[in-house]
Order: sequence, then structure tokens, then C-alpha cells
Amino acid sequence: MQSLVLPKRKSSWISNSLKEKLIHGFFFLNGILSVLVLLGIFALLLLTAIPAFREVNIFSFLFGLDWNPTSYVKEVYGIVPMLVSTFMVTLGALVIAVPIGIGTAAYLSDVANPRVREIVKPVVEILAGIPSVVIGFLGIVLLGPIIAKVFNIHNGLNALNGSILLAVMALPTIISITEDALKNVPVSYESASLALGATKWQTVIKVKIPAALSGIIAATMLGMGRAIGETMTVLMATGCAPAMPESFLGPVRTLTSSIAIELGEVAYNTTHYYALFALGLVLFILTFIINLISDIYLHKFEKVNR
Amino acid sequence: MKARNIHQFIGFGILRLCVFMVLSALFVILFDIFSKGHQSVSWEFISAMPRKGMTEGGIFPAIVGTFFVTVITAVLSIPMGMGCAVYLHEYAKDGWVTRLIRMSIRNLSGVPSIVYGLFGVVLFVQLLRLDTSILSAGLTLGLMTLPWTITASEEALKNVPQSYRDASLALGATKWQTVRTNVLPYAVPGMLTGTILGLSRAAGETAPILFTGAAFYLPFLPKSLSDQFMALPYHLYIMATQHHAIDKVRPLAYGTALVLIVLVFLMNFTAVIVRYKLRKVKME
Repeated sequence: MQSLVLPKRKSSWISNSLKEKLIHGFFFLNGILSVLVLLGIFALLLLTAIPAFREVNIFSFLFGLDWNPTSYVKEVYGIVPMLVSTFMVTLGALVIAVPIGIGTAAYLSDVANPRVREIVKPVVEILAGIPSVVIGFLGIVLLGPIIAKVFNIHNGLNALNGSILLAVMALPTIISITEDALKNVPVSYESASLALGATKWQTVIKVKIPAALSGIIAATMLGMGRAIGETMTVLMATGCAPAMPESFLGPVRTLTSSIAIELGEVAYNTTHYYALFALGLVLFILTFIINLISDIYLHKFEKVNR
Repeated sequence: MKARNIHQFIGFGILRLCVFMVLSALFVILFDIFSKGHQSVSWEFISAMPRKGMTEGGIFPAIVGTFFVTVITAVLSIPMGMGCAVYLHEYAKDGWVTRLIRMSIRNLSGVPSIVYGLFGVVLFVQLLRLDTSILSAGLTLGLMTLPWTITASEEALKNVPQSYRDASLALGATKWQTVRTNVLPYAVPGMLTGTILGLSRAAGETAPILFTGAAFYLPFLPKSLSDQFMALPYHLYIMATQHHAIDKVRPLAYGTALVLIVLVFLMNFTAVIVRYKLRKVKME
């Protein structure tokens, strides 16, 4: 019989329990870091935005209809045109992406055979991986001319263009979360519906999608957050005229593209510079609220299906 | 009975149409870039400096710049992201601190990339006096990828069977010994897969580097990490919108887009290979 040899215990300058505590502490610091980063982003945005309001009235900032920081007569900082632009482009994107996304997710979870699913899923992942600047580039060289031709207008760089591109970018998020939600609907729901004589289609539309609704809402909100925060695509494809948008076929300028355009041109620590950080703060708060809402719905659908 | 079947036929037809639209969106994107970009891409295009105000020559400095920035991104994001994931999955107990950390991570992944750019300008460029540089841009991107790295790393930790930990602890190993010898070796390949996917997204990002270090036109390579740099995505943006002879440089812009997409795909491919290797190891 082989004798059991115990490994020699290494003598160490530090006791084992202290070492364990130190390592635990190290990992805890890593964990708490994400909280610090989030707080840090908020704090620095706030601190850099506040000086803007020494010269700009906060009400005229939030409700002003003109944004003209480089005027020779009087600089005005009103963010309403950008808010309207941002919501227009985002809404357009959701109108396109949500139905297609839900349709694709329903197909993948309930209709497709495994082979088709094996093809479509990687395609969706690849779509998510295409850099936004490439999508924006195609908005200029490919989609812009098409829109100009179809609507017989001079220039195809407008809100519609941005909406279509943002829809493409929001689709992967919407599809994957909606598919998860549909898959999490208990099988008994589906069996019950089919046993009562409903067709597969009726089951998907009348049972599964309503049961997965909170997941679908979460998916929509996440897609919305992504569309609001997207910079390069809208910067390149929407024309970027700093005026109140008139229609989907006119140029718009969102919060994100305004920051991208103007931050390169201003001197550090001027009112204009601070005002751009105030825009960033508005953007941060908007996306924060949207994420919070999607979080609540995501929790709901996890709880229901547990 | 018949009407219901017709309904189902039409309904499924609509769903198929949705899938078709998604597939064709990707097809159109790839087809357009590849068909119009491949003429511009040559060895010279990849390995030469831009010449004559970027109307001729190559994109070598942009490739090098993107490479260095991505390395900095990885150096910040990988250890911190993995550390956070280990804390959340191996050490943390369910409580308000853990919930706060998880909430922060979810919200960080929703913060717009341009807001990370603003944060980088104040923190790295101004407060830490790193100026507009590879370092500032890389660190900004590193913070942006942090939530992705954490999420991916935690997924990998979840895939390590609980019995591995229990066995180690039952033999008298301490927590750290268990994590080091019985958890991390099995989780690291999965962690790397997710992390590389995150890095590929960072390499394609433009907004965070716009004001933290990317330069319009530098016909030489960066000498140190505190230099400004050219980057592929920013270069594409310049060639597509800011160049003085946009129509003339359009083929170069297509070529740049093609190189950028191929680079991102190559990184994704590497991630898939790492995952494949992991599966093989587990089988053995």
C-alpha cells in the first residue's frame, strides 16, 4: 500500500487568515470600483456643468427654442430642438425596430427549426458587432442617395436616415432579449393553449407574447437607451442642422451629435464648454432613467418565471 | 378550420419577412463594404503612411494607433473586470452593497459612449494631466468596456460547476486557494472570450476617443503613450465627412471601412477559437 505523503506546509511571512482577508479586500475594491466609476461620471459631469448656469438661466436652457452658442449678438443655449431631434430619431428607430425585432424573436423561439436558428443567431451577433461609424458611413454613401431618390429631395441626410440606421443598431439588443423572454414563458402555457385547439400562430400571438410582455418592454427600453446614446451614426447621417426639426425628411441634430460637433471647437473652461457638459448631463440622466425602467421590467419578468 | 390555417400561414409569413429583413440588412452592409472596398485594399494601403493630405497612400498609422489604444483598454479593463466578477460571484454575499454594485454595472453599460468621452476629457485629459494621448483614450475606452468584461467574466464563473468549489473547500483549502486552483483555471478561457468580444467593440468605437487623443492627420507613428494618434474608426469618420475632397477619397474611405470590419471580425474569430479550445479542454 502506498503511504500518503502530506505536502509540507510552506512557512510564510504572513498568516493564512490575514492573507485571505487581504485578498477578500482586494476583490471587494474591484467590486466597488464600478460604483465609484458611475458616481464619478455623474459627479464630474455635474461639477463641470454647473458653471454654465452662472451665465445661462437654467429655465432658458431647458425650455429655450434656440441653440446658438457662437452668435456675435447674443449667445443662446436652449436644448429643446436637440431634445425634439433626439426623440424623433429614437421614436422612428423604435417604430421600425420593435415590430421587426419581436417578429424575428418569435420566429427564432417558436417557428424556426434548429438549423435556421443556428444561421440566424450568429448573423444577429455579427450585426451587433459592426462599428457604429461604419453604419454611419453607409448612411451617407448608400442610404442617403436612396432616400433622396425615393422622396425626390435634394439631400438624403435626415431624421429618417438616422432612424433606419439606429433601428439596425437597436435590433440585436431587442431580438436577443425578446427571445430570452419568449423562451422563459413556461411550457405549460403553450401546452394548455395548444390543447385547447389553438393553432401555433394563435398561441404565439395571444399567449406567449402577452406572457413575455415585461421582457419585451425591457428589450424596447434597452433599445431606446442605445438609440438615444448613439453618436456616430446620427452625427454622420442626419444632416445636423442646429434648428428645430421640421419633419422626418429634414435635417436634425441630436444631443449626442451636438456634443460631438461642438466640443472639438470650443476652448476649455468657457461657458460654451460647460454648456456642452450640461448636455452630457441631460443625456446621462435620460439614459439612466430609461435603464432603471428597463431594469424594473427585467426584474418583473425574471420573478414571474421563477 | 381552414381560415385558421390561412391565418397561421400568413402570420408565419410575416415572421419570416422580419427575419429576412434582418438578414438582408447585414447582407447589404457587408456586400456594399466588401464590393466597393476591396479594390482599395492592398499591401501598400495597409502598410504605408497617408500622403498628400490623405488623398493617397495608406492607413498604417491608424492601424497602429487602434492597436495601441486597444492594448491600453485591455490592460485596464481585463484585470479590473475579472476582479470585480470574482468578487461578485465567489466572495459577495447577497446584500445591499452587492445589489448596489450590480445596479451600477447595469447602468454603466447603458451610459452613452459620448458621455464616457466627456468623462475622459475631464478626468484623464484635464485632472490627471495626461493630455490628449493614447493613454487618455485607452483608459476612457477601458472604463467603457468594464461592465461588458464584468458581465462576461461572471458568466464564465457561473459555468464552473459548484462541485469543484465544494470539493476543494471540503479538503480544507482556503477560499483563495479554491478560487485560484479550482475555479479560475476553468473560468479564464471563458472570461477571455467575452473580454475579447468587448475589446473588439471598443476598437470600433469613435465617440469616446474624439476628444481624448485621436488626431486628424499624423503622417508618422506615435513614439510614446502620451502622443496623439490616428485611429481606424476616427479615420473613417474623417474620410467620410471632414475631408476637403470627399468624393476623391471615397474609395479610401471604403477601404478603411473594410479594414475596420475585418479587424473586428478577426477579433471575434479569435474569441470563438478561445471558446472552442475551452470546450476541448473540458472534454478531455
